[in-house]
Amino acid sequence: MKAIVNISLKAGVLDSQGKAVHHALDSLQFSSVEDVRVGKQIVLQLTETDREKAMSEVTKMCEEILANTVIEDYTIELI
Amino acid sequence: MKVTILQFPGTNCEYDTEHAFASLGAETQIIWHKEEALPSDTDLLVVAGGFSYGDYLRSGAIAKFSPVMKAVTAYAESGGKVLGICNGFQVLTEAGLLPGALKRNDGLHFISKHHTLKVENNDNIFLEKLNSGDVVNIPIAHHDGNYFIDEAGLAELEANNQILLRYTDENGAIDNPNGSVSSIAGVCNKSKNVFGLMPHPERAMESILGSDDGVKMLEGFLAS
Repeated sequence: MKAIVNISLKAGVLDSQGKAVHHALDSLQFSSVEDVRVGKQIVLQLTETDREKAMSEVTKMCEEILANTVIEDYTIELI
Repeated sequence: MKVTILQFPGTNCEYDTEHAFASLGAETQIIWHKEEALPSDTDLLVVAGGFSYGDYLRSGAIAKFSPVMKAVTAYAESGGKVLGICNGFQVLTEAGLLPGALKRNDGLHFISKHHTLKVENNDNIFLEKLNSGDVVNIPIAHHDGNYFIDEAGLAELEANNQILLRYTDENGAIDNPNGSVSSIAGVCNKSKNVFGLMPHPERAMESILGSDDGVKMLEGFLAS
C-alpha cells in the first residue's frame, strides 16, 4: 500500500513561496488564480496491508517528524 | 567553565564557536551527535550553527532524532544551560525545547549580513552582561530564520519576558529582515535556561572583522 502525505503551511501562516508563485502567475497573465499555497508531498511505500493500521502509523509519522504541527497541516491518502 | 558544543553531520559553526569561547578563557569540547551522554562537567551546552542533515525535510527536523538529543533534553530539563545558535535554534524548536518554529524568510532569499538587534530582556542567565534596550551589531546568515508563533504563544512569550532579542535598526526601532513574528531574533524557554537565536554572536568577536559586540553576549553565556 502507498501513503501519500501532503504537507502545507497552516491557513493563517504566511506562505511566501505561494505568494511569489502567485505573483509570477499574475505576471504571466494567469489572472484567474485567487490564491496559491506551496507544499510538499511525501510518498511512502508501506508493507502494512491493513488500512486502519497504516493510517494510524502514518498519522504518528506526521505528528513526530514529517510535519511540524506548529506551522504545518498534513493530509494522508492511502492508495 | 566548560562549554560543550554539538556537532551533527552538516554542522559548520562548531569550530568558530569553539574559537570564540576559548578566546574568553573557557574550556571547550566538541562532541559528535552519536554520543549518548554529555561530558558530566558541562556548564554550557551549545547547539552550533550550520545545516544539520542538509536541512532535509525541514531545518533541524532530522537532527532532533540524533542519539545525543535525549541527553540534551534531559540536561535542559534538569536545569542545564543550553544555547542554540542559528541551526541550533531550529533544532531546539523542532525538539520542543523552545516554543515556535522557524520558517522560510519572507523574501525567500538567504540573508547574510550584519544586523542590529535590541536587547529586550536581560533578566536571564544569558544576557545579564547587557542592558535592556542595548543595541548590538551581530551577523545573520540564514534562509529559514522567519520566527513563527501563534498569537496566544506570542502573548505568553511577552508576559514571561521570553523575547530576548529583536531585529531593529541602530536606533532600536523595529527593522525586520526576514518576516519574523514581532521581529523576534531570539527567545528563551519559560524556565529561562534554554536560549535560541538566529544571529551569530560567535562571528562578532573582533572589531577588525566588523563587530566585537558578540564578546559581551558570550561573556554573559559564560557567567553562571
